[in-house]
Parts: sequence; C-alpha cells; structure tokens
Amino acid sequence: MLRIHYAEYEALRAHGEETYPNECCGVLLGKNIPGESAGLQAINHVRQIVRAGNTRTDSAHNRYNIAPQELVRIQRQARGLGLDIVGFYHSHPDHPAQWSATDFAEAHWIGCSYVITSVEKGKAAITNSFLLTGTDEDTKKFEDQSIEIEIASSAPGTGESHEKGKA
Amino acid sequence: MKIHIPTPLRTYTGGLETVRISGATVSAVFEHLTTTYPELKQHLFTSEGKLRSFVNVYLNDDDIRYLADKEASPVKDSDELTIIPSIAGGCCR
Repeated sequence: MLRIHYAEYEALRAHGEETYPNECCGVLLGKNIPGESAGLQAINHVRQIVRAGNTRTDSAHNRYNIAPQELVRIQRQARGLGLDIVGFYHSHPDHPAQWSATDFAEAHWIGCSYVITSVEKGKAAITNSFLLTGTDEDTKKFEDQSIEIEIASSAPGTGESHEKGKA
Repeated sequence: MKIHIPTPLRTYTGGLETVRISGATVSAVFEHLTTTYPELKQHLFTSEGKLRSFVNVYLNDDDIRYLADKEASPVKDSDELTIIPSIAGGCCR
C-alpha cells in the first residue's frame, strides 16, 4: 500500500498539469513500514514529495529522466530529514495511468512505488501506483498498489484516511 | 569512507543506509564493499565485472564515469560515495 497525505497527493497531480503536454517527474520521500506478518502488506508511507526536472527535453511529451546528480541531492535531503526514497512519480499526458514497457525497462528501485497520473487535455485524471517487486532485474515486476490518502483533521493526531480503489 | 546505499540495496547491507569501507581507490572500496556484503555484487556489477549501466556512482558530487581515472580514482577517508540507480521512463511503448 502507498500511504500519502491528501496535500502531497494533490501536489503531484498538479505538477502533471503544470508540465502538460510534457511529462512531470519527482521523488517520494518517506518510510517503508514492513508488514509484520505474512498476511500484512508493507506500506510505503510518503511524508514529502520533491519535484524534479525532466532532462528528456528531446522527447519530454512521452519520456522522463531525473538527472542522477539531482537524485544524489534528493537522497542527501532525505537523509537530513531522517527519511528514505520510497518511490517516484511521473505523468502520462493524454495516455492511461498504466506503466509502459519503457517504464518497466527503466525501473530499478525494487520495493519502491511508481506513481503515474494520466493528464487528459491538461487536467489530472486517474492516479495509480505500482510497486516494483522481485529480487533482481530478472525477477522484477510491477504489481498494482492501493493508495491510502490521509486527510488532515482539525484535531491533531486524529486524521482520517480513505483508501482509493484501483482504476 | 562513507558509502550511501540506495533503498532497494539496503536489503543486502543489513538495512544500513550508510556503511564505512576503506580503500585507496574507488575500485578498491568496491572490492571491500562486495567482500563485506557479497550479495551486493550481482546488483552492482555484470557477470563481466562491469558496473551495471543503470547504476550511477558519485564520488562526492562527481559521477565517476566522468572522472579522469574513473574507477581507478584515488579516494580519501573523508570522501563519500553515493550509489544511485537511474530513474527514467515514459508513456507509450
């Protein structure tokens, strides 16, 4: 499961609208909460999203790439906050919020969440998350991952959450 | 020197985000790293011993691929190595 606060969820969707018709991309910082038993799924709990630049200026409408130098900086930022990189997000302008062959071939962060938002005619539509599972490049695969959206409450520590079904 | 391990590879370092490994060059440090944590080796290097194409390694703020001596670059104990797999993709095929 991917757990993310409503504000962060909306922010990553808004990023896709801002960069339309090009793809946006960014990094999800947070903590992985392992499942305590076989029946309990692990949770990637997002605490902060970090926008990144898309270096694929040659084909930004259907490709994205985050410069490794920027990733190093973001990982350093995460370390300073006591957080980890738990996932990434990007948009698919006028295409479904489903991973593509390119997304799969370029996915190497096993255990991390890959969030994709379809942006239709400039408006963010569906957002889906996929967990990269497996142990190496030969066994990796994307699995559908539910998204739990946290909604802030006026009383501290009593926030609600709403689990989003898969599209 | 400190080596920063990306989230997916911490499974092979006992969950550690940062490990301390000594060595005179980047190659020597990697040799010691993969001796200390043998399971890391196949994730970092091909069977021919080449760094996998999607694995980026930074010596402080420099990509080692662009250093004059590449993996033979000398390192100091105060330097930091960061291992960072690439992030890319996109819609349509």
